[in-house]
Amino acid sequence: MFTSTPTAVLIPATLFRERNCTNESTPPRSLSTLHFRIFHAFLQCLLRSRDFQIGSPDRFIITDSSIHYIAQENNGVEAVSKVLLPYPENQAKNLAFLLVTITEGKGKTKTSSDRLPVDVIHPEGMPSLTWYAVSLPKELSKGGSLTLEVKAVFTHLLTPFPEKITQADAQLVAFQDSAHYLSPYAVKVQSLTVKLPEPKVESYTKLENTKFSGSEIKYGPYENIPPFSLPTIIVHFANNKPFSVAQELVREIEVSHWGNVQVTENYNLIHAGAELKGEFSRLDYEERPHVRGASALRSLVARLPARAHSIYYRDEIGNISTSNVYSDSVKTLLEIEPRYPMFGGWRTAFTIGYGLPLQDFLFKSEGKRFLDITFGCPMNDMVIENIYVKVVLPEGSKDISVVAPFPSKETREAKLSHLDIAGRPVVVLEKKNVVPEHNQNFQVYYRFSSLSLLREPLMLVFGFLLFFVACIAYVHADLTISKSSSSYIAKLQWDEVQTAIQQFQNIMNRVLVIHNKLDASLRDLSRTGDVQACKAARKTADAFLKELTKELKPLLSFLQSSPQALHIVAKVEELVVKEKELQEKVMLKHSMVVDSYEKKSGGKDIDNRIAAVQQKITLLRQEVDDLLEVIDEI
Amino acid sequence: MLFQLIQSTLPGKEKPGFDNLYFFVKKKQGVQTERRVIVVVGGTKIVVRGGKLVAVGICIPVEVISSLQNPNSLTVEIPNSDPIHQIRPMVAAKMEKSAADLPASPGLSSVLKSLKLKTKQQELLIRVSVLFLVYVLAFITRLFSILRYESMIHEFDPYFNYRVTQFLTQNGFYEFWNWFDYESWYPLGRIVGGTLYPGLMVTAAFIFWTLRFLRFAVHIREVCVLTAPFFAANTTIVAYFFGKELWDSGAGLVAAVLIAICPGYISRSVAGSYDNEGVAIFALLLTFYLFVKAVNTGSLAWALASAFGYFYMVSAWGGYVFIINLIPLYVLVLLITGRYSMRLYVAYNCMYVLGMLLAMQIRFVGFQHVQSGEHMAAMGVFFLIQFLPSHQYSRPTISRFYVVIIKAILTSSYLVQVFNFLDWVKYLLDDPKKFHTFLRFTVTSAVGLGAVALGVGTASGYISPWTGRFYSLLDPTYAKDHIPIIASVSEHQPTAWSSFMFDFHILLFLFPAGLYFCFKRLSDATIFIVMYGLTSMYFAGVMVRLILVATPAVCLISAIAVSATVKNLTQLVRSKSKPAPAGSSKGASNTKASSKGSLEQSMPFGRNGAIALLLGALYLLSRYVIHCTWVTSEAYSSPSIVLAARGAHGQRVIFDDYREAYFWLRQNTPPEAKVMSWWDYGYQITAMGNRTVIVDNNTWNNTHIATVGRAMSSYEDEAYEIIKSLDVDYVLVVFGGVTGYSSDDINKFLWMVRIGGGVFPVIKEPDYLVNGEYRVDKGGAPKMLNCLMYKLCYYRFGELTTEYGKPPGYDRARGVEIGNKDIKLEHLEEAFTTSNWIVRIYKVKPPNNRW
Repeated sequence: MFTSTPTAVLIPATLFRERNCTNESTPPRSLSTLHFRIFHAFLQCLLRSRDFQIGSPDRFIITDSSIHYIAQENNGVEAVSKVLLPYPENQAKNLAFLLVTITEGKGKTKTSSDRLPVDVIHPEGMPSLTWYAVSLPKELSKGGSLTLEVKAVFTHLLTPFPEKITQADAQLVAFQDSAHYLSPYAVKVQSLTVKLPEPKVESYTKLENTKFSGSEIKYGPYENIPPFSLPTIIVHFANNKPFSVAQELVREIEVSHWGNVQVTENYNLIHAGAELKGEFSRLDYEERPHVRGASALRSLVARLPARAHSIYYRDEIGNISTSNVYSDSVKTLLEIEPRYPMFGGWRTAFTIGYGLPLQDFLFKSEGKRFLDITFGCPMNDMVIENIYVKVVLPEGSKDISVVAPFPSKETREAKLSHLDIAGRPVVVLEKKNVVPEHNQNFQVYYRFSSLSLLREPLMLVFGFLLFFVACIAYVHADLTISKSSSSYIAKLQWDEVQTAIQQFQNIMNRVLVIHNKLDASLRDLSRTGDVQACKAARKTADAFLKELTKELKPLLSFLQSSPQALHIVAKVEELVVKEKELQEKVMLKHSMVVDSYEKKSGGKDIDNRIAAVQQKITLLRQEVDDLLEVIDEI
Repeated sequence: MLFQLIQSTLPGKEKPGFDNLYFFVKKKQGVQTERRVIVVVGGTKIVVRGGKLVAVGICIPVEVISSLQNPNSLTVEIPNSDPIHQIRPMVAAKMEKSAADLPASPGLSSVLKSLKLKTKQQELLIRVSVLFLVYVLAFITRLFSILRYESMIHEFDPYFNYRVTQFLTQNGFYEFWNWFDYESWYPLGRIVGGTLYPGLMVTAAFIFWTLRFLRFAVHIREVCVLTAPFFAANTTIVAYFFGKELWDSGAGLVAAVLIAICPGYISRSVAGSYDNEGVAIFALLLTFYLFVKAVNTGSLAWALASAFGYFYMVSAWGGYVFIINLIPLYVLVLLITGRYSMRLYVAYNCMYVLGMLLAMQIRFVGFQHVQSGEHMAAMGVFFLIQFLPSHQYSRPTISRFYVVIIKAILTSSYLVQVFNFLDWVKYLLDDPKKFHTFLRFTVTSAVGLGAVALGVGTASGYISPWTGRFYSLLDPTYAKDHIPIIASVSEHQPTAWSSFMFDFHILLFLFPAGLYFCFKRLSDATIFIVMYGLTSMYFAGVMVRLILVATPAVCLISAIAVSATVKNLTQLVRSKSKPAPAGSSKGASNTKASSKGSLEQSMPFGRNGAIALLLGALYLLSRYVIHCTWVTSEAYSSPSIVLAARGAHGQRVIFDDYREAYFWLRQNTPPEAKVMSWWDYGYQITAMGNRTVIVDNNTWNNTHIATVGRAMSSYEDEAYEIIKSLDVDYVLVVFGGVTGYSSDDINKFLWMVRIGGGVFPVIKEPDYLVNGEYRVDKGGAPKMLNCLMYKLCYYRFGELTTEYGKPPGYDRARGVEIGNKDIKLEHLEEAFTTSNWIVRIYKVKPPNNRW
């Protein structure tokens, strides 16, 4: 983060970054020194306070993106364990991000330590400022030297002046700060450089040793500045970068263990720059967009993780078609344009959403799962006044804990989504004043049994099962109100008749099967010549047929007696008659063939003898089949 | 009954196997001898008397009959019951025989046989799966709009419905019922609960709540977008049952397919077309079907169901007036044609009385059923049938339980007295002649009394006269002369022939054919569909939007034509084929099967001709499908909020200007700002822009609209006075001069002048015309070139070059260079113009300081 050159960070917003970098130590003196420095060493100040001294803090303020860098140096006599960083009230309330690290070496060899703990304290006997105390990892011994790098990011420090402009005017902003580094310690040397987005300055406070060149205003170096020295400077300059401020951003991160992390971001955006007064002329805007509408917000770029898919961009009233996606292996860039160019004071609201592959963001450790995903918004030139990050975990997740790199308000709620019973647990992280520096990963740890994955599909299965069972029950249930009505009785009788006919058909089919068996035995006979086997088959067939005829009798009598079966009985009886005839013929044929075999007649002879019978059988068989079908139709 | 066979002929002797055999039989019993014909077709014996089917007997294969020694002495028994229900298709059963005859191993064949579905089950399976596919088809063909654009609400009225539904789901039913909407008709407001048909919104909300209850986290927008396709799919099911009721299940299936993709219906039921018509057509067809079912069965249960269908229809759409006039008309026609029956009496009385009572629960309808002239026909018919002789009041069709209910219903409407009174009089006057005289007297006096009551009621204002819309239906020129606000709506224009062709395609030709079939087999049901078809076709000719109402009737009647023709042809094809013909899924044979027998005699080409005709029908139907798909994807799936065009390189260009403007309004104007625009955009501004409008699409107050029309057509100074008096903050106009979008405010302007002039005579149409011609170029009327609408549309347009090679200020929608390029606005200033200039919004400046 510290190695990036400040000019590369072009944030068109009311975003202030203050950075206290210290990486160049002055030669050690008799006193321990705390050494602060900025990359480009624009401003050097030395501050001496009692026994503690700050050497060459370089403050570097980039005003186009409103970034504010400061370097400090500490020369202390006694051992110190804490370094105090005061900020005036108006800055402190807009302080979004504060990072203090110890760095060693210089230039490219610079290395940074972990972030140091910072607390708000209220020291007695000090001016009414907001104090931050940086706890050093080990006491700074007398005469020792330490390089602290402090990075502070402020929002809303640029005030548009004038507050209202027409479409043709350039947007001018005023910036106010102290030319000296505000410190409770004496400062040895310091300078301040204000870097402007455009080389256009309306006015700036001229102090001694002030230089204006290109797009930079340089104050200092000033030497041996006492503590709490505050010479005010005001810079009034042109800044046509749109000030995109999300008044509210709701990020919903929904984890699905079926392989997807769905991110939905709801933005409530305002252009916080100078308000547009008078007409908005589309004609002027289209013809000379950079003159008439120079400060308008035209598009935003969201840097999404690689492999983001199913990206959408819409608002309350539907899809917005002006967006583009460029993706490579490292990132996915989503370029979106609001529905209309946004001038100062104009608002818009929109939603972007995308899916991410689960395996890139969900990991396991010590039996717990954890989601590791960025906190802030993917648009790197936006200030967010209120962010709500909601992590929706699958239903049934337990032991939820959050590890975030910075403090945020944490609450829990539940969300009812598809097929949920109790709702999915939601972790809500709330934070004010969020800047791209907050785009760090945070982790949500939870336990979730893999078996719970199957719950929802099983519920669906069960639901459908219930539905089908209900259908079956309905079909089979008797919902008749009056059990004595004639139509109901008729229906019952008809049902009985139908079962009887079904049984009848069954029997008939079995009879036909027996016929087929007899035929088959004849064929076996012609192949093997085994007369005994054939006779045995005949015997069993006879027995079966007798049995079936017995079974048939009660059915027939029932059908004849039932009034509902009147129109069927005729056919049934006809069928019985035909079948008897058929049976006789089949038997006749069978015995004829067996006889012939016993008499060892020739094959042709047999064929001739049974030809007539065979013809009759075919005919009868056809009739029986026809009749069966007719009955089937009923 | 016994018949003796007296003569037999064998016409098709040269063909072996099953063939036609004609027997002439003589009735044995009784005095008269009657000649009958028995036709044996492939084993099916059908009895024909004088060409008309009488009965079907048992199956006797031809061989058996011909092998009988003396065919002249054959005696056949014919069941003496209702013949129609005895018909059994035997031909189809033949197909299985060949399979059964195959020598297979006995075990396997029995297994196969047990697995094989019965013919009936097969038919049922095929029918259900076809119906299911049609259901799915009807749904997905309406999703083109989502594929082409997105899941969004279309057009104008749906936005209001959507907004109301949102309100309903957020605030509950009670709040919805009492909702007073401050955002429309400023400063009058609108009592929403009492001035809308809530059926659609309640349906969508109900679906939404059900899905939520089942834990499907859907958005209300998705529900609203898909409501119309869902109901269109349901309509296909209703159409199937209706077709089945009218003709047979084949016709029902064809009707389901036709209506599933008919463009006339799709135009109002694509996904996103969240309008009353989406559910109303379903309700309309359902009511009609249930009523026809009730008339056919005489069952009170069906009549009750139809009353509930009617209630749903009333709750959903103002088109219910069509039902409440068509059904009495139908009853009247049945009366005149002598088809009056107890079934009709039960069906109509129950449906009317209960339907009326239920409809009164809808606040917007209220007591109109007894107070409005449009509903008087139904009431008149209701009274009329109470006076009809009730000798048919026997109870074969109604059980005692139902009779009690009927009486209870009638008592509730004070009519059982009349009814019983007639019975009592009839009982007293034993002579029928006396009774008829009495009846004539009572009916005449009752009709006279009714007429007088109607006259007095109308004169005293108790019974409201017909509304303008109703008049304009009966007299197409009425609206043009008297109510410009009705005539100005594009969907109220008379229909062009091309749009009939566009919406109906081959149905337009099948419709008369279907009518022919209906007349050939006239029944209570077919009379209904004929009347429905003819009346709705007339209305479709009067107003474009009523094509929608005609669509179900056209589909049903065409389905009858298709089904009957195809069935006849396939039977022709099949009967000529071998004994084992191709199986057919058609279950029931009908009279055609028998008439075909004789028809076949006269058909020289027989089978080949039938095959050719079948192929032709298939071709026509496939053209229909292609046409419907094309129309749906190209013409009817546009949401009209988002405009799409082809760019110079063939790519798709989207003009999303409407939403751009509405969203700008929503975000960048004060929440209490009032927006004045022409009424077309009112609903969209309130729904998408969330701002108060002066007038909107619910054109209930003509004066208010005329005031806006007057403001638009006045000079800026005068308009400013009106605007201030209406407390307007923003003025919105739609302008297509840059993109060539033709339905913009300049093209609608003459209607604003007319409507404004209708109330405020200061506005005179000729002031805006030059020799009767409407021009915006240099030759335009001076008042035209300086009125507010002109100024707002063309403000600074004169500096813009729209087309290469044309002078600046060239209006692409009208193809002229505008006449007034130097427009200065004094009291308004441009607040926002969308990227393609389609919507322009102006801010009304506060009054100038005096010093």
